[in-house]
Amino acid sequence: MVMNSLNKFFLSLKPHFDKGGRLERYYPLYEATDSFLFSTTKSTPEAPHIRDAIDLKRIMITVIIALIPCTIMALWNTGYQANNALTTLGAMPEGWRGAIMSLVGIDPQSLISNFVHGALYFLPIYLVVVITGSVWELLFNLIRGHEFSEAFLVTSLLLPLTLPPTIPLWQVAIGTSFGVVFAKEVFGGVGKNFMNPALACRAFIYFAYPAQMSGDKIWVAVDGVSSATPLGAAAAVQNGVPTQALDITWWQAFLGIMPGSMGETSTLACLIGAALLLITGIASWRIMLSMLLGAVVTVFCFQLVPDPPSALYALPAYWHLVIGGFAFGLVFMATDPVSAAQTQTGQWFYGLLIGFLTILIRVANPAYPEGVMLAILMGNVFAPLFDYLVIRANMKRRTLRHG
Amino acid sequence: MAETNKELLVRSIFKRNPITLLVLGICSALAVTGQMSTAFVMSICVTVVVAFSSLTISIVRFQIPNTVRIGIQIMVIATLVIIVDQILKAFYYELSKQLSIFVGLIITNCIVMGRAEGYAMSNPPIPSFIDGIGNGLGYGFILMSVAFVRELFGSGSVFGYEVFKLSTNGGWYIANGMLVLPASAFFLIALIIWIIRFLDPEQQEKS
Repeated sequence: MVMNSLNKFFLSLKPHFDKGGRLERYYPLYEATDSFLFSTTKSTPEAPHIRDAIDLKRIMITVIIALIPCTIMALWNTGYQANNALTTLGAMPEGWRGAIMSLVGIDPQSLISNFVHGALYFLPIYLVVVITGSVWELLFNLIRGHEFSEAFLVTSLLLPLTLPPTIPLWQVAIGTSFGVVFAKEVFGGVGKNFMNPALACRAFIYFAYPAQMSGDKIWVAVDGVSSATPLGAAAAVQNGVPTQALDITWWQAFLGIMPGSMGETSTLACLIGAALLLITGIASWRIMLSMLLGAVVTVFCFQLVPDPPSALYALPAYWHLVIGGFAFGLVFMATDPVSAAQTQTGQWFYGLLIGFLTILIRVANPAYPEGVMLAILMGNVFAPLFDYLVIRANMKRRTLRHG
Repeated sequence: MAETNKELLVRSIFKRNPITLLVLGICSALAVTGQMSTAFVMSICVTVVVAFSSLTISIVRFQIPNTVRIGIQIMVIATLVIIVDQILKAFYYELSKQLSIFVGLIITNCIVMGRAEGYAMSNPPIPSFIDGIGNGLGYGFILMSVAFVRELFGSGSVFGYEVFKLSTNGGWYIANGMLVLPASAFFLIALIIWIIRFLDPEQQEKS
């Protein structure tokens, strides 16, 4: 009933926004609201009247659905880590979060307490990303007369999942502004970004405010508690077996019950998302497989190094795959169809390069404990080159064959 | 050439800025803009070198054989750069150490060669000298703008004087580490180009 009259109301408004209408400038705004609430009113005026069921909107919504397991895990794990630390300390969180948590109660065994506590950290960051990003999108879309796209919904969900829970909100706002404007809008908006915008946002925050993005004080949302990520702990080992320094089991790491960036800890959640993306054919299995291969082969190469300078050289491959942001980057970041390689052969090289660089940065560079973000951004930069070479090679082969 | 001397001086600051329109001299604009003082000294050095190299080359332009003109231009420029470098070393040793190799690299600064080849070789000495000063000012304007943003938001100071008290120093301002890295100048120069071409659409490239 309500939706019906609302639909009528929107249709009655439409002439004002059409070409020649009073509010023509604001058509993108109308279109965004209308297509968010209702199905499209557009129909193809000429034959053939065939439409693919998978359009940009459907792709983006599917990616968001694929991200749900990671988001749930982000809420639970952030809350669980904080509750766990607070129970050990016997303390209560400060400020407004403390007020709400005193109603819910601090209990790492309670599902609800963990979810609520996690949400108190995740939701403000998510809101800041959505609001800041939407303002920039709105500005550019109105000036250029572009229509809104669901692509930003994906970016705005990806970014908070890769951030630590304690990140100051104003830094999130600055990072989002930078990533959205410089990685996406200046190149022409949706579909023209040569880099993954969410990763560009994260990279900016990482380089601008390293104290809030790395170290061992930031991963658990409790003041003064220092808890290194497993990757950080393994990197800190001077000599011996790095896995002995980890206070978690492999299964804990696989499930994601460890400190880290909010949505990246759980390999299992990423795998569920990967299954959905692969079944629907949205993400490229070539990129996922080749990135995995690249990483595993590189790990084996490092293990062959005699007398390694750091213990990370000896960290086995099955550990590399479950700690840090490897799984998340592999499933959701590297496979971004806009910034990845387009040709099939190019995708193999692209994935191999990212996998190789990830492990190279992790193992050989003590300054950066995690390498996935930089590796994928580097891969994005090289993707057009791979495509170009593949296309050139194909042209050459065909000229030789057909003269 | 119908430009008056005043036009020659002013046009390179906004209308025909060597960095934003001709996109020359980017290397040093990235490297020395971390602090305003180094950017300021660098601007002066480049202005002096461009002005006097243009003047000298313009005076001897009829004597320069066309086939070896680049070599002769480089010799004039290199001589001037070495003089500037030695003066800095003699009187401002600390600054000279901070600028390190970049003063020496003015030799390869494309603005100097560009003005010698593009203007001084075909114009009389006085306009060439003014054109050199104008280009130096245009270069300095961009350098100082970039350095202002980078030093203010990256280190919380202007010309070394504290404006924002840094959090590492017990203050409130958390410095933006990105701006301390030379790569950030790319983004700032891009922003300046964006603004200038928005204000003056004539500078936009036709697509």
